[in-house]
Amino acid sequence: MDITQSFPAAEPVVHYPSPTREFAASFMRNKGAVGGLLFMLLLVCCAAFAPWLAPHDPLEQFRDHLLTPPMWQEAGSARFPLGTDELGRDMLSRLIFGAQLSLLIGLASVVFSLIPGILLGLIAGFSPTRAGPFIMRLMDIMLALPSLLLAVAIVAILGPGLINTIFAIAIVSLPSYVRLTRASVMTELNRDYVTASRLAGAGTLRLMFVCVLPNCMAPLIVQATLSFSSAILDAAALGFLGLGVRPPTPEWGTMLASARDYIQSAWWVVALPGLAILLSVLAINLLGDGLRDALDPKLKNAA
Amino acid sequence: MLGFIARRFGLLIPTFFGVTLLTFALIRMIPGDPVEVMMGERRVDPELHAAAMERLGLNKPLYLQYIDYVGALLQGDLGESLRSRTSVWKEFTSLFPATLELALAALLFATTLGVLAGVIAALRRGSLLDHGVMGLSLTGYSMPIFWWGLILIMVFSVWLGWTPVSGRIDLLYDIPPVTGFMLIDTLLSGEEGAFTDALMHLILPAIVLGTIPLAVIARMTRSAMLEVMREDYVRTARAKGLSPARVVFVHGLRNALIPVLTVLGLQVGTLLAGAVLTETIFSWPGIGKWLIEAIGARDYAVVQNGILLVACLVILVNFTVDVLYGLANPRIRHQH
Amino acid sequence: MSLLDIRNLSVRFGDADAPPVVDGLDLSVDRGEVLAIVGESGSGKSVTMMALMGLIDPPGVVSADRLAFAGQDLLSLKGKQRRRLIGKDLAMVFQDPMTALNPSYTVGYQIEEVLRAHLGLKGRAARERALALLEQVEIPAAASRLDAYPHQLSGGMSQRVAIAMAIAAEPQLLIADEPTTALDVTIQAQIMALLLRLQRERDMGLILITHDLAVVAETARRVCVMYAGQAVEQGEVPAIFEAPTHPYTEALLASVPEHADSRRLATLPGIVPGRYDRPEGCLLSPRCPYARPHCQTRPALMPHARGAVRCFFPRNLAAGEINPLAPGRHRRSPPKGDLHAY
Repeated sequence: MDITQSFPAAEPVVHYPSPTREFAASFMRNKGAVGGLLFMLLLVCCAAFAPWLAPHDPLEQFRDHLLTPPMWQEAGSARFPLGTDELGRDMLSRLIFGAQLSLLIGLASVVFSLIPGILLGLIAGFSPTRAGPFIMRLMDIMLALPSLLLAVAIVAILGPGLINTIFAIAIVSLPSYVRLTRASVMTELNRDYVTASRLAGAGTLRLMFVCVLPNCMAPLIVQATLSFSSAILDAAALGFLGLGVRPPTPEWGTMLASARDYIQSAWWVVALPGLAILLSVLAINLLGDGLRDALDPKLKNAA
Repeated sequence: MLGFIARRFGLLIPTFFGVTLLTFALIRMIPGDPVEVMMGERRVDPELHAAAMERLGLNKPLYLQYIDYVGALLQGDLGESLRSRTSVWKEFTSLFPATLELALAALLFATTLGVLAGVIAALRRGSLLDHGVMGLSLTGYSMPIFWWGLILIMVFSVWLGWTPVSGRIDLLYDIPPVTGFMLIDTLLSGEEGAFTDALMHLILPAIVLGTIPLAVIARMTRSAMLEVMREDYVRTARAKGLSPARVVFVHGLRNALIPVLTVLGLQVGTLLAGAVLTETIFSWPGIGKWLIEAIGARDYAVVQNGILLVACLVILVNFTVDVLYGLANPRIRHQH
Repeated sequence: MSLLDIRNLSVRFGDADAPPVVDGLDLSVDRGEVLAIVGESGSGKSVTMMALMGLIDPPGVVSADRLAFAGQDLLSLKGKQRRRLIGKDLAMVFQDPMTALNPSYTVGYQIEEVLRAHLGLKGRAARERALALLEQVEIPAAASRLDAYPHQLSGGMSQRVAIAMAIAAEPQLLIADEPTTALDVTIQAQIMALLLRLQRERDMGLILITHDLAVVAETARRVCVMYAGQAVEQGEVPAIFEAPTHPYTEALLASVPEHADSRRLATLPGIVPGRYDRPEGCLLSPRCPYARPHCQTRPALMPHARGAVRCFFPRNLAAGEINPLAPGRHRRSPPKGDLHAY
């Protein structure tokens, strides 16, 4: 037999999982992230259907039922499942409506800082000699102030309220987006594919938004999730300090501001709003961690 | 090394001027007339009003006002509180030790526990312990600390009666402020039980303030350790036949601490912001509570320059961390 | 008795159905002998050595019928006893000297650490010994280098330090894992010469892992060629260079300019199979120019007069030289009936 006659080996079929499916699979493997996602969905449902879900009007004061404990305690009543506060308002209804406000503040402040942040970051990245250093110095200065303190200062000057809270939080989370975008842009600009499209005649705007930006999105998505949670925390802190949303609006932080006086007598007034904040923030952070692990291929294969 | 420090210090100067610009602008952003706001009345006598504008230099062009402001700052004049009529600098220095004591206690709590938890989690990667540490630290990281403080007070002070509710020390004791640090002053005073009392007052606020840094440090230590333990030099150390403890602590942790140190520096901002909330909850007489009260009382001189002082503090700490980072990392130290 | 005797060593990572990274490997090294291990990246050379040094961590699993060093069974030794051997009698030099040294400590400290751990030397004695070691590895101005940090040294200098660290406790067997790959070409020969001089002077066993067949030809007495975690050919160096019996060895030699027959350098098409595209039969079969239908089953490593080969259709062997009935130690020995047809 002729030994040089080669056997036609079948073309090996290699199955590489698609990126989307790999992302979904990797995300779904992370139990914490799935838990966070489910809790977030619950929260969004609460916020969206608050008027139908809440058993009472969150502002209605039941004067005969001041500080009623939750229903499972001896003095509780099924009419107020989580009890009432010092003015006889239903805790559960206030918490449900509070979800609306927290999500609104979080979402609005992320949008209002993400968009200008990305724009400034792109400009800083594409103009490393002129606009870049100026923008980055400005961001350094903003970072010199602790974010909550800056937010407190802004609200203190502008006055409390929903819009000013959103505005203050959007401003303080701006620097992280700018720095992140700029850093990713600087890395991507050195890649060959950017040079290639530049040689192909792509204009600056096309380079910015079509070529480079999509490749910087992964860290920005993660950062957006994380700043969503810190927006909720900061908004609650402002509310707690009496600088956030004005009472009697049912905001979780504002609800805690008056709770201090009832530490000895009504634990539910103290515990429940904070628990709502903690669980929401935790859920979003779990979600963000899951996104980061699933989006970052370096960490993904390290396990 | 000196050149390295000088270069880093040079970078601080533009940042400092930027922050003054920010605090200057902050006050100008007040809707309406600053004099009206400061006097707290809607209708001020026009002559008085003009005199006040003249005295405060508010009728000059903006850039001259800014130059006046910075000029005064550079001469050490931070203005005086509208409420107490004492200088802002004096108030700041008298209250700062309280915040510093609290922050240091929180940092001590966060660092020791955080590094320990992070190392253990990294070495037992994927175990129940690791998941537990990571779950707890994410919870800590998500914690609304003002609520955490209230819960701790409710459990440990109200229900169990173990710790006092608020303040730095019981009113029974009259401790002369020598260093400003209550723990040291109580020891110096020699009063019986005073030190224990001060310590009991410090524990809850320190835990509350240290919670977020603790979570951050634990996570950071864990990921830095995981990274470092994969490094070639750790493999070399193991190939030398060194004991696991030596490999982990001498070769691993030493290098893992470098990023942890940087994160620690970044936590100073978090600590100061947290101090605002913690001091409010525990009635701790520090600069956080001072600033919030000033905002409540519309004491803008305190707000403006108090914030400036805090910002300078953060800048200086970050600078110190930079220098320490250079000391810890020979590769940076020798860059020329 | 050999200094090192490995029988049927396997290393696998993760789940049991994942393909092993090292698959049923046999190796032996005698005192004062130089053994070369050759193969492409990912062929399991380094992992074998890591397993020997006890550096494979979970989820990696090491199994072997025998893993004996100087008469001691390494597999049955527990932590502390094993560490008394590792770094002392059995030492290793790694590929990339720039990352193999700890950036936070001085060169002197890192050498003295070995002396303290294994020889109990401290203080001045350790320092003098470290200095002597640096001189032995031909580092100029050795005294001043003791206080240098790794980032202040060049690659070649760092590798000399790494070698000094490895020989500090007078090992009987030194493993050098591609010790020159990360270095400049001009430095490579110096480092090789240094390693061989130390090996001769101390009569150490030396396992040299390398890509460089020229180095193998000059230095080693025996060679083991690895492909995708398996030894595909073993034997004496001159014989194998003269007449390689495995198609893969043949291809490797053909890709070296000195051995090429034609003016154009021969290359082997394709790449080493990865986790997802591991072939059913002989691991080389998708790339092998001589592959036949029979290659869809796994061959065992079969001894012959000049060494051993893992191939159904060995090259440069007369029909009688190979014993097709040799009992395969491998799990899946080939069906015996098939071989006579060829």
